[in-house]
Amino acid sequence: MRISREEVEHIALLARLRLTDEEKDLYSEQLSNILDYIEKLNELDTSHVEPTSHVIPISNVFREDTPVESLGVDEALGNAPDRSDPFYRVPRIIE
Amino acid sequence: MELYNSGIIEALDLMDSGEVSPEELLDAVFQRINSVEDKVKAFVTVTKDRAYEMLDEAKGERGALRCIPLAIKDNICIRGIPTTCSSRILKNFIPPYESTVTKRLKEEGYLLVGKTNLDEFAMGSSTENSGFHTTRNPWATDRVPGGSSGGSTAAVAAGECLAALGSDTGGSIRQPAAFCGVVGLKPTYGRVSRFGLVAFASSLDQIGPITKNVADAALLLGIISGHDPSDSTSAPLHVKDYTALLSEGIRDIKVGIPKEYFIEGLDPEVESAVKDSIRHLGSLGCSVKEISLPHTGYAVATYYILATSEASSNLARYDGVKYGFRAESKDLLEMYRETRAQGFGAEVKRRIMLGTYALSAGYYEAFYRKAQQVRTLIKEDFDNAFREVDIIITPTTPTTAFRIGEKISDPLQMYLNDIFTISVNLAGLPAISIPCGFDSKGLPIGLQLIGRAFDEESILKVAHQYEQSTEWYKRRPPL
Repeated sequence: MRISREEVEHIALLARLRLTDEEKDLYSEQLSNILDYIEKLNELDTSHVEPTSHVIPISNVFREDTPVESLGVDEALGNAPDRSDPFYRVPRIIE
Repeated sequence: MELYNSGIIEALDLMDSGEVSPEELLDAVFQRINSVEDKVKAFVTVTKDRAYEMLDEAKGERGALRCIPLAIKDNICIRGIPTTCSSRILKNFIPPYESTVTKRLKEEGYLLVGKTNLDEFAMGSSTENSGFHTTRNPWATDRVPGGSSGGSTAAVAAGECLAALGSDTGGSIRQPAAFCGVVGLKPTYGRVSRFGLVAFASSLDQIGPITKNVADAALLLGIISGHDPSDSTSAPLHVKDYTALLSEGIRDIKVGIPKEYFIEGLDPEVESAVKDSIRHLGSLGCSVKEISLPHTGYAVATYYILATSEASSNLARYDGVKYGFRAESKDLLEMYRETRAQGFGAEVKRRIMLGTYALSAGYYEAFYRKAQQVRTLIKEDFDNAFREVDIIITPTTPTTAFRIGEKISDPLQMYLNDIFTISVNLAGLPAISIPCGFDSKGLPIGLQLIGRAFDEESILKVAHQYEQSTEWYKRRPPL
């Protein structure tokens, strides 16, 4: 299965990655090889098999609606690369 | 025996009898780190000051881990100590909260020696994907320690701590434990809280102990297990006293040997050590029979769709806004893309790309849903096998530790190295790797014991009794 350079660029945009030209060529080749290997799943007829997303049966988990202590603003923002209390600061979004 | 080579229970006995003081033990561990860490490079951060502070607090307390020096994989959050996941993107991240597992260790009086190296975000089988440095195998420093918990297993093997915690998504505790000649236990999915473990693939990740013997693993498992309101996937089940159960009889335990694990590519020396071990277990009274896990050959392909899909979603949070590294840019989208381009290493990017592709419009059914269906078949293989047998025994890895650089340029070859460990994560089962011999190069060989969901007890009992009737676990690397 061939993953073209254009497809690599499209996936990189979806994944919010910037790739160098060298990386685009490398990933095009490596992802193609990995997907060739993954093709072997198609040897199996799974038309009547239920998918497993989680191995243990979990339904909704509830708790009592009682307040508990949470992180303060300083702690929550303590690792932010840029902040303007009590907010994270990011580059301009609206022109 | 050197003090730094002791296990947890041995050290507790030495301290309780007054033969050794907690200071002497901690001093011995840091002297050992001083003399071998340059060669092994097991740690990302050594926390000597913190360890001695904790010693002052723990002295005289009666917790189950009173003054025991442990190392923690650097993807497990400890409040106030950098937690990097061996990634440039988290280089300066200091967690404002504590993981549940380290909170429980702290309640029992452990001492934090340091945070250990891993493949970036636990993605890899050699620690060569660490954003900082490659850890060396203490048995042969030109070889990898395995991964992703290679820092933890190397630190335990080298005597730089008494035991450690790792995490296992596709074999990341068991494979490096096999390569480094130590014990590594991946508990049942849901047995141990994942709160504070930096997420890689949330339906597969599990924290577990890495130790010098099985009894220590049983002790640590008992401490870190149990329901946690902060992790909805942690099971609300009773946790047994695993240490007390280790010597119970194993005569009526039925052992299954899956024929699909003895295949081309399995190193003959590994095969022969594993077969010897199986015969040995027979002589200890276990009954042994051949079984079949017919979908074994599809596990690696299934895993590399599911794990990368979950990872691509989990790692979306590293956007340069809330924590970690940010690349400056005038434009928000460019800031995201530059931050992630500079912050992540090659393997992490490759997996994000693969996972994003598998989840993208038009491919979801063909890849992600298909893999989830095959996951069902793999789980059913184990369900069927466990109707006939109580535990399953396999080699942990197809070969012993490979050379640094040997597989790094071929991702698929690296992935195939996890062929014997991955199915266990897909099925959510507990499994332990224990030393079962050495090859002609003097490298350790691992034996994997797989149990029914939430039956850690059976694999621990058999592993313990096998171990105690052999000498393998006593060998230490010639550093």
